[in-house]
Parts: sequence; C-alpha cells; structure tokens
Amino acid sequence: MRIAGKGLIDRSETVGFRFDGRDYTGFRGDTLASALLASGVRIFGRSFKYHRPRGVMTTGSEEPNALVTVGRGARQVPNVRATVQEIHAGLEARGQNAWPSIGLDLMGVNDLFAPFFGAGFYYKTFMWPRAFWESLYEPVIRRAAGLGALSGKSNDEAYEKAWAFCDLLVIGSGPAGLMAALVAGRAGADVILVEEDSRMGGRLLLESHQIAGRPGADWAADVLAELGALPNVRLMPRTTVTGAYDGGTYGALERVALHIAGPDDDVPREGFWRIVARRAVLASGAHERQIAFANNDRPGIMTAGAVRGYLNRWGVAAGKSVTVFGNNDYAHRTARDLSAAGVRIAALIDLREDVAMPGDFPVHAGCRVIDTVGRRGLREVVIADREGKVSRIVSDCLAVSGGWNPALHLACHLNGRPDWREDIAAFVPRAGMVPGLTVAGAANGAFSTHACLAEGAAAAEAVVEDLGLRAAKTDLPQAEDAGVRIRAYWEVPEPKHRAWLDFANDVTTKDVRLAAQENYRSVEHMKRYTTQGMAPDQGKNSNVAALAILADATGRAIPETGTTTFRPPYTPVSIAAMGAGGQGKGFAPERRTTSDGAARDRGAPMIEAGLWYRAAYFPRPGEASWRESCDREVRMVRERVGVADVSTLGKIDIQGRDAGRFLDLVYTNTFSTLKPGRVRYGLMLREDGMVMDDGTTACLGEGHYLMTTTTAAAGQVMRHLDFVHQAHCPDWDVRMISVTESWAQFAVAGPLARELLNSVLETPIDGAAFPFLSCGEVRVMEVEARLFRISFSGEAGYEIAVPARFGAALWRDLVARAESLGGGAYGMEALNVLRIEKGFITHAEIHGRVTAFDIGLQGMVSAKKDCIGKAASQRPGLTGPEREQLVGLRPIPAGRAIAAGAHLFDEGAAAVASNDRGYVTSVCWSPTLRSHLALAFLKDGRARIGGRVKLVDHLRKAEVLCEVTHPVFFDPEGGRARA
Amino acid sequence: MRLTCPLCGERDRREFTYYGAAVYADRPHAGAGPDAWDDYLHLRDNPAGETRDLWYHELGCSAWIEVTRNTVTHTITATRLVAERERPAKPKGRGRRA
Amino acid sequence: MRYSGLRVIREGLSGNRGWTPAWRDPAPKEEYEVVIIGGGGHGLSTAYYLAKNHGITNVAVLEKGYLGGGNVGRNTTIVRANYFLPGNQEFYSHSLKLWEGLEAELNYNVMHSQRGLINLFHSDGQRDAFARRGNAMINQGDDAELLDREGVRRYLPYLDFEQTRFPIYGGLLHRRGGTARHDAVAWGYARGADRRGVDLIQNCEVTGIDIVDGRVRGVQTTRGPIRAKKVGIVVAGRSGQVAAMAGIRLPIESHVLQAFVTEGLKPVIDHVVSFGMGHFYISQSDKGGLVFGGDLDFYASYAARGNLPMVEHVMEAGMTLMPMIGKAKVLRSWGGIMDMTPDGSPIIDRTDVGGLYIDCGWNYGGFKAVPASGWCMAHLMATGDPHPVARRFRLDRFLTGHILDEEGTGSQHNLH
Repeated sequence: MRIAGKGLIDRSETVGFRFDGRDYTGFRGDTLASALLASGVRIFGRSFKYHRPRGVMTTGSEEPNALVTVGRGARQVPNVRATVQEIHAGLEARGQNAWPSIGLDLMGVNDLFAPFFGAGFYYKTFMWPRAFWESLYEPVIRRAAGLGALSGKSNDEAYEKAWAFCDLLVIGSGPAGLMAALVAGRAGADVILVEEDSRMGGRLLLESHQIAGRPGADWAADVLAELGALPNVRLMPRTTVTGAYDGGTYGALERVALHIAGPDDDVPREGFWRIVARRAVLASGAHERQIAFANNDRPGIMTAGAVRGYLNRWGVAAGKSVTVFGNNDYAHRTARDLSAAGVRIAALIDLREDVAMPGDFPVHAGCRVIDTVGRRGLREVVIADREGKVSRIVSDCLAVSGGWNPALHLACHLNGRPDWREDIAAFVPRAGMVPGLTVAGAANGAFSTHACLAEGAAAAEAVVEDLGLRAAKTDLPQAEDAGVRIRAYWEVPEPKHRAWLDFANDVTTKDVRLAAQENYRSVEHMKRYTTQGMAPDQGKNSNVAALAILADATGRAIPETGTTTFRPPYTPVSIAAMGAGGQGKGFAPERRTTSDGAARDRGAPMIEAGLWYRAAYFPRPGEASWRESCDREVRMVRERVGVADVSTLGKIDIQGRDAGRFLDLVYTNTFSTLKPGRVRYGLMLREDGMVMDDGTTACLGEGHYLMTTTTAAAGQVMRHLDFVHQAHCPDWDVRMISVTESWAQFAVAGPLARELLNSVLETPIDGAAFPFLSCGEVRVMEVEARLFRISFSGEAGYEIAVPARFGAALWRDLVARAESLGGGAYGMEALNVLRIEKGFITHAEIHGRVTAFDIGLQGMVSAKKDCIGKAASQRPGLTGPEREQLVGLRPIPAGRAIAAGAHLFDEGAAAVASNDRGYVTSVCWSPTLRSHLALAFLKDGRARIGGRVKLVDHLRKAEVLCEVTHPVFFDPEGGRARA
Repeated sequence: MRLTCPLCGERDRREFTYYGAAVYADRPHAGAGPDAWDDYLHLRDNPAGETRDLWYHELGCSAWIEVTRNTVTHTITATRLVAERERPAKPKGRGRRA
Repeated sequence: MRYSGLRVIREGLSGNRGWTPAWRDPAPKEEYEVVIIGGGGHGLSTAYYLAKNHGITNVAVLEKGYLGGGNVGRNTTIVRANYFLPGNQEFYSHSLKLWEGLEAELNYNVMHSQRGLINLFHSDGQRDAFARRGNAMINQGDDAELLDREGVRRYLPYLDFEQTRFPIYGGLLHRRGGTARHDAVAWGYARGADRRGVDLIQNCEVTGIDIVDGRVRGVQTTRGPIRAKKVGIVVAGRSGQVAAMAGIRLPIESHVLQAFVTEGLKPVIDHVVSFGMGHFYISQSDKGGLVFGGDLDFYASYAARGNLPMVEHVMEAGMTLMPMIGKAKVLRSWGGIMDMTPDGSPIIDRTDVGGLYIDCGWNYGGFKAVPASGWCMAHLMATGDPHPVARRFRLDRFLTGHILDEEGTGSQHNLH
C-alpha cells in the first residue's frame, strides 16, 4: 500500500513490469520488493527445504527470502534479491523453488515431514541399498534442493573488468561514509565512494532523522552534490565492495545495466572492479536481526528497520495493521514513523518491562510473541505477557527488531576475528584487522547518527594526515545521538512450533539445539551440521542468534563460542563478472606467426601449440584426409624440398664475455668451445636432474650466442636462464633476452634445400663451405638474415631467419619456389612424422619425468664440468634397468595401427599394472618406411632392442605385437643431413 | 597482493612468477654430497611467519627478487634483487650424512 | 546408536530427543599406546583403522581446533582413482574401493556419489597423455573410457564446443569418479573411531614432542603432557611445524589453494568436469551449489585465504569452458593450506625417531585419499611395515631419486 506524500520515489514516472506472470506497476526509484509490497504481493518465493511461503524481510542485499529469477532464456538470472533489483520497463521476474507456482507449491508437502528432516537427517539414512544413492535418493534430493535455475544456455551478454586506484576508498554512503568522503575530498585526496544501493545516502534514506535541522536525505543530497563537483572524488553507486584482499586491494561489483530496460549489447551488465586503495574506510552500516519465535517466517514478518524503511524511502506501508516487536529502542521508531504516516499500529510489544512509548497505539511491555497465524501470509500475532497470559492481535505485518549486527564482514576478510560487545549485544571489528582500513559508524557499533558522522569524519581526518595532506575544517552537523538501549534476546523460549533462525536454509532453533545434543558443539560443527549460515545470505540474518543459542545450549558464553569465518564475497558475485573477458577466445592470448595469414589462405587447419597457432598441414586439391596431405608433405621433404615455419621456437640472444661459460653451466654439454659460425645441439636439465628442454645454440660471434628452445618450454627456459644468472653468477659478464618475436624463422629441408636457398640468397652457399651445424649471416632479397644449417627432419636442412616484418614475404616466396621444385610447405603433422622417423624427441618424450639416461643421451652429460641438474640426475633411483628407456617400436605386421598412450607388456603377460613395462609416447605412419612407428619408454629398453613386446591399448581395444628397435628408424648414420 | 620490485616499484602480484623459498638461490657446490642436494632441492623450513622467497618479475623487468614476507598475514616487509644479495662466503654442501 | 531410516522416523515421531552424541568429549588420559596428532580426515581415519583393523583402541587423536576443521572440511569433494604412476595408482585404487563401502562401514551417509568424472583434453598431445593414464587405470583394475568430441558432447552438451580458445578434442571418462560430502567423511570416521574406544580430544594443541634416546615418549599439549609409545603426525599443511618439534625438516612447502561455491541452483551439472587447459574443475553439490576450483595461488602461505588473480583466472576458465554458468553467483570462496611435496605425491613413512610416524604431503589431492591414507598409516603404525599399496610413499625418495611426479613439473613444490 502506497502512502501519499512519503518516500523518495519519482511518482511522476510509472514503470510497468511483470512478476510471476502478472503485470504490475511501480514508480521510478522502486525496487522489485517495494513495488510488489506496494501492490499487496506477499509471497515472493518458497523456502529451501520445507517450501514454506516466504515474503520480503529486509530492504537490502542481505535479504534471505525474496529471491527471484529475472529474465528469460540465456539472460535468465536466478536468485536475484527483489530488494536490490530496480524495476524497469520490460522487467520480468518470477518466484522460485516452487512447482507449479509459488502460490501453490506441491513441494510444500515437505513441511508436513519436518519432524524427520531435522539437522543432518540425511547423514543417518539413505544408505541402503548402496546402489540407490546414485539412482534414486540423490536425484530426488538434488531436484528438491537448489533455489533458482540456470538456463543452461551460454551467456550472451557483455561483462567487464576494470582497475581503479585511489588514496581513500570509502565503502558505504550513509552518514559515516559521506562524512569520510567529504573530509578527505575537501582535503584533496583521491577518493572513491562506493555504495551498494542505486542511491547514495544509506540509512539516511530509510530513516526520518534530521541532520542539521533538515531531513537526513536532504543533507545527504547536498553533500553528494558537493562531492560530485570535486574532481578528485569518484562516486560509484550500485557498487558493492565484495572482498578485501592483500595490499590494499578490494574487489567490487558494479551493477552497470541491470536496472536499464534494453541496454545496448556492448553495455556490460556488471563490471568487476579491482580497487587499489592506499587507505579505506568501511562504513557499511549494520544489519538488523530477527528474534526466533514460533512460525516467525510467515510472509508479512519483517525487520522493523525494513518496515519503516519501505515507508520512508519508498512510501510503502508493508501492512494495513502493523505490530512491532522488539528488544530495543530502535524498534520504537518503526511504530513512531508508521503511526505518524497514518498507518495503523496494532501493538508495540517490547520484551523489556521498563519501556514507555508515547503514541496512539497499545504498548505491551514485558511481553513476547509466541506464535503467528496465517499460512500464506500473517493474519494474527499471538503474544504472551509476563504471567504467560496469551492474547491474539490481528495484524498483517509484524516488524521485528532483535538488535543490530555491524556489517563488519569486509574487516574480517583477512582472517581477523571480531570482539563481542555486551552493551550492544553484537560483534564489532577489532582495529587493524585489515591493514589500512578503518571501520566507522554503525559497522563499528556506533549506531547514533551523530556517532556515525563523528566516526566517519575522524577516520578521514586520520587518513588525510597519514597521507600528508591538510584537512580543511569540516564541522559536524547536528544530529540525534541516542544511546543504544537493548536487552540481548535471541529466542522466545520453548516455542510450540519451529522457530526459524536461518530463513534461507530453513534452519530452526531446534536444529541448532539438536546439533549441540549430538555434540556438534563447535560453532563450525553446528554450522556445517545444520547448514545455518551457508545460504545465499551467508548468515547475515542468523549467525549471531544461532551462535547465541548454541552458546546457551552448550553452557558457554558467546565470545567463548566464537564466530565462523567471514569470507569473500560479501554478496554473491556472478561468475561472468569475475570471469569477464574469459569467454570464447578471451581466456588466453593468441600468438600468430608471420606465415599465419598465408597458411590460412591455403586452407591449412591451424592447431594450438601453447599460445601459438601453427599449420597442421597444407591440403591440396584431391587430398581427402589429413593423412594424405601429411604423407605427401613427408615425401616432399624426403625427396624434394619442404618449407616449414619454425618461428614459434624460443630464441634467446645471449651475449657477454662469460656467455660461453654460462652456457656450460646451463647445458649438460660444453659450449664454451663452440667456434663462431658453428651450431651445437644442447641438452638442458632442470636442477632436479630431469630434462627440461633441448635445442640448438649457435655461436654468432665471440661472446654472442643464439639459443633455440622448444615452443613449449620457451618461457620456462627464459625464467631459468635469468635465475641461474642472477642467483648463481650475477658477477659474470653475460646478458640475455628473448628475441622469439623479433625473428621469423623457416626450416628449408630436403635434398633440394640448398638449391632453393641459393635461389634467394644474394651470395650462394655451397655444401662444403657451409657444412652441417654451421651458421652465418647472409643477405636475402636485400635483407640481413641469419642462416643455420640444422635439421629436425634428418634431411639436408637449413633454417633461415629474417626480422619478423619480412617474414610473411619471405614465406610466400620460399613456398612458391619450393613448389616450383616439386616441394612445398609442410605443417606440424609432417614435421612430427619426420622427427619420429629420425627418433628426435619432443615434449611427448621429455615430459618432465625423464633423464638424459632415459633418452639415451647420458653421453651428452659432460664429465669434465658441473652443470645445472647434473648432481641430482645421478641419484640411484634415476639410473639402471628399472628405468624406462627410450626405444623405437615397429608393429608386426607393419600395417597394424598403434596409438600413443598404449602400455607395453612382455609377450604372454597379462595386461595388468604389475606387469606394466612401459608406454608409447609418439606414433606415426611412416610413408618413408611403409610402417607404423612408435617411440616408447620401455623398462631396460636398450637391452631389449631386437626383441618383442606386446602393446596393449585397452581404451581403443587394441593389442599389437611390436619389435623393439633403436629409436632412430631412418638414416641412423645421419648421412642425409650432412649431404 | 602487491609487491615492490626494486627496479620497477609497486606492482600487482600478477606481474610476478613465484618460485619458492629463498634458500633455492644458494646452490651447493659441484662436489657436494647427495644430502646437500636433497636439502637444497627438497627440504624446507616452511615457516608459519616470516619467510624469504623468490619471485620473478616476469611481466616486467625480468629481475629475480627476494621477498621478505609473512606467510600467515601476507605482510611484505622487504624486497631486494637476488643478484644483489650477499652470497654464502663458503661453498655450501656439507649435508647431514655427507 | 545405529543410524537408519527407521531410526530417523522413530526419533522424528518422538521429538528427536533420543539422538545421542556422535562422539564423546573425553579428558585426555596420561598415557596412550598411540597418539595421532591431527583430527582431520587422515588422522581420524588412521585412528579408526588402528582400532578396526588392528585392534589398537588405546588411541588418542589430538586436534588443536575442531574435528575435521582442516582440508577435509574445505575442499572440492572430488573422489577419483585416475593416477598413472606405479605407487600412486594402486594406492588410489585401494582408496576408491574403500569409498565404495564407506557408508556401510561407518553407518554414516557420506553421500559418496559416483556420478562420473570427465577430464577434457584439448590437443593431440593431451589425448596421448590421457590415453596413457586411462590405460594405466584399466591395468590397475579401475575404469576409464576415452571419449571423442561427440562423446563429450553427449554428456556435457553445455560446454562451449564452438569458440573456446582451446577446442575440446575429447575427454577421459572415469565413471566411478565422483564426489562425497566432505564434512560427513570426517564425522563418520570420528564417530566410528569413538565407538571403538578412541579418545577424540579437541582444542588440544601439541606444543612439543618428547624424544628420549632417539625414541618418541609422548607429546606436550596445551592440555598437559601425554605419554605414548607411538606417535603419528597427520597434520597436512602444518606438517612442517609439528615435524620441527621432533627436529625433522620435511620436503614440504605449504601453499594456499582456493575454492568456490555458488548459490544453490537446480541441477545443471551432473558430473565432475575438469578442464585440461585452465586448471578448472567443477561439480554441483547435492544442495545445488556449483563447487569449483583451480590452481594454487602459487605462493607459500598459511593464511587459508587467497587473492584475486587466481580467483579471476578460475572464473575466466569457467567462462571459456562452460559459459552457461556465467549467471551463477559465487557465494563463498575459501582457502586451504596444502602440504606440497617436490613431486606432488604423499608421504606415509617412519621417521628417524623411533616410534614417530608421519603421513603428509597430500598436496591438493588429500580428500579422496582419506580412507586409504588412514588404512595404510594404521598398518604402518601397527605393524612397523609399510602397507604394500603405500610402499613407495617414502620420506627419503627425494634423496634416492625414486620420485612419483605425475605432473612432470619437477622439484618445485608449488607446481604439482
């Protein structure tokens, strides 16, 4: 019901929306909750476990009951707080956790079985028969549980992440936050003021207080106008600080477009901010708590602060006849404000006996609410006086105040535990729990408006001084300074029916007491056993009362019972917001070589190699499968000439007088003897003795080397080299930098490689003057280039490198010339076949668990010098016949297909773990040798060359007898590469 | 979490790559026994409190940095370049059972 | 008291007044035959199997906080047996078999749900590595199936098959993999151990280990000294501190691992799904929350909380893999203290101190190991010999080079 003349909504603008299939209207400035309350809607949803009808209880994000689903299709958002969702044209919402509707929910039958659904009941049953858990019990439980539903459709809306930096972050824009921002802003500090609500002002918008003789909301508007005009102050409404992290970093969620009808597609729905603040003031206010009494969960039962908040902020009376029930003076304000606005107050019930409240309504001091009536919404309140005399009050709204809990969550995010303050019956933060953060106002247990203003100002003055700024004098405006008068009271004793603590998870006082009875006495045990505090509100409405009842049940004091842990986020944050940018291709950067465009033009499928894309093969007309293309490319390299882009290999330029000595330390073999113009294959170990990487290093000149790494390990090797240098030999004269992206590098391989190269080189080379493992500077088409005579295919091969900007042109030219020679481009598939035929390893073999011994390269570990990893590689467990050693395998017959990942067994042995002798790492069809080939690791493998093993691939149901061979299948003498 | 690179200044944690305890910077000499290598590679004090550990400013200047940090509170009290730390005067390498 | 559906009904009809404590709160005695330091999953299961399998009931479990308050109460609840290195495979296989009988064993519903685990792969190389793993699992007697892309689509139609940065090539399905209700595992073992006479002593912090002539004699605690013939250290992330009380330096670095849960949702994810490129794994709890996690924060920590970079990375991985979870809202994030070893595999072994044993190094895979870890630790402490399925979990394997490095990332503790 709307009350004329009340509220801060814009009554000139009507907004239509839908809820549960019906059309409603509200005003601009309404939340879904305020608009529906104004329209007389009482049931917003069904409870989690018992499917009880539930109405709205609060005005904020802590709302436990009024969780609705907004939107349709892929844009459907479950578990939206009706108290936070602003209405807009086209808004479509519905209640959740009910079937067929929240008005008539057949699952409500659960409520009848409540006696059997006590805390932890599921730990004690559903155990027999075993097979029924997955097939029956669990599916039923899963369907009954949960709240709203995801659509199952991929997100199709924009989300965003951003950074912000400031001197002072002020969290909350009530009186404390506004004063803090004002003081710091006037002093010239960079201030960010964030407010969860759409409108700044905090509690001042919900109360009828005066500040400096004017309505609090007017004072707030003036302060905000001043702040908005300051260039050093940024105001961020609709933004919730969700977590405090190390180093003054805060996470914050901004609801950018959730209140807008039909925003453009590129407008993010939400933005997730990382705010780095030198200092912060937490002025997040407080949450009012309920009192547990029988049937205290009916629609129409709300917090007292919410009932007057709906009146003052939105001009809505939550009922026609309102009863107020409390244990503190703040509850009286609800009776006062509503009564003043002409709403009937049926009764004010105060648990305390010594209260007097002038007003035009009955006051029941020393009384308590013992029950309520009204299945689908409150109709009557049953009270008992101090003698136990019972009476009934007809009422459709019950405003309850059990006191206020400071919203201290963020202050506890770094593991700080709050202190109990007996005088206000609440936990308050301890100073210094988050470095750089000060808590002010109600969040700090200072509840009067004056105290909030004073604490906010004081906190900001300290920050200003700390930052070396000068605070301008800011006078505190005059405001109410009522003391806290409260009698701690958590539950009406011995309720006849269930009395709820955690509304969202349907946890009652009985559940907490049952947990204590069963010795789940630790507050953490009670929480986990009953699920109290684990619902969407994370216990904001129930934690303190629940632990007070646990304390009572276990005969302990509240501080001794302790709290559970406060953890981020303060309010739930969508995965899409915190994961913004990740969807689709955004998860990792894409690295493309200079030949990428040309390869795609030729229809080459591009495959991921780490962050890089590389061409798999270059299909030609008439080729029906990748195998045909691959076989042709292999033959091309073996018989004519092929060109492959190898730019993705890591390239590290190493220079200095001690560069050779440095390479001796990081490689197993010696490089200091390498002469300019020569290239050497090197093996690099991790310090734990396992092979880290392999590759060639070229000596470009005195004290100047170019190291090549594998594509996969380029980053790791760079880190490693920097570490070895800076940690072990910082005084050596050596410097290194990655030049991977500076050069485009192409392999030219095959019998006609030299012919092809000489057609582009300004000065042709000849085989004798530029022998295998040479390098040198050349000029190609007027460009300085580097030429290396190395081979990963086993053919006469070169790699030519040009500055990256010339890569695309050189690639096209080389490929065209290769084609004219009967060759062409080759891709990763052919490259892989060529290297398997030659027994060259990649990270399929050097997968982090193999030593030089395992791959048969123990001879490359120089006995004459130390190197990284040498000592550890000599541990007894890393050598000997128990180790799996690299071998080749040829299936018998040669045409039998084999797959990597198969395991090896002795002939005749059962394929079980105890007989396991090894596994296959790489396989290919070799068009050269007309056979499938495999590289494998086999126990004592080198001793078994010439023998047979059984290859078993359970997954693909294959069992193949294989001959064990040397891993080099083709041209074992290496004559072709030297030709 | 923010770290101060001695060369670049205060930066977000995501610019850095972590290695582990700072003892890993002090490599045993070549002839050290197996225990010294086991100690160096594997065994850790793993303190709950102040520790020194190694971070690499990978998305910055490539400096390896020794960070003095509290493992319980995440408070960072000092950072310095690994290259500029005082190195053990004598070669390390006497292990327990060497 | 025996739990059953009938009992729930009977108690329900009589106001649930008859339920008795799940365990006692005994005062510590002066002496025990065995003291287990650490009342987490592994410590409780060790005590349980000492009593059950070996008849050793004069046992105290000393817990500095509350039972099950460590990683067993703070994980992503995944249970699987999909290791491929000898040493690990037989151990986790044994553990899964124990899981499969755990409700009956403990008379406590731990909600072990074998809903199937799918590990996705995104390249030919990853397929090969998963094929090796899957074959090893079958060799061990466990189950594995290799799914191609269409096979994955049949199970997980909601994945982004069209545009993800790392396309889905297929997956390794482990049907017997799944989840369990983590707290219930700790409570079930606690109740079972208590019923067999084990003293579970909470709020009792061990402050010293008494050693005379190279043999353990007992422990000092915040509740006074307790003598014991044998002492087991089973304290996960705190292993370094407790072992130091006995002068032992461990191959362990403690790291923070974060995990996340969303608000409750109607059933939408029916399996455990693991992304092969982004270190992201997810399942949906019976209550409806999506439970997911990623990699370590990568810095040594005892704070049991993490920072935003990894939070965001995990969310981004989720969005690239299954963008239909975007509208789910993260309700809570938490962090555990992971006892990371240099090869990612655990330690169940004697120490150089007579009568002092250690069970640690669970990295971030300790939850599924709870049954077998207790089983094997109990065997070791009772008989003095390692259990056959845990014989490779030696403390000195780093010295000797008999390492068990499933990830292949080497001796850097945080990379496993």
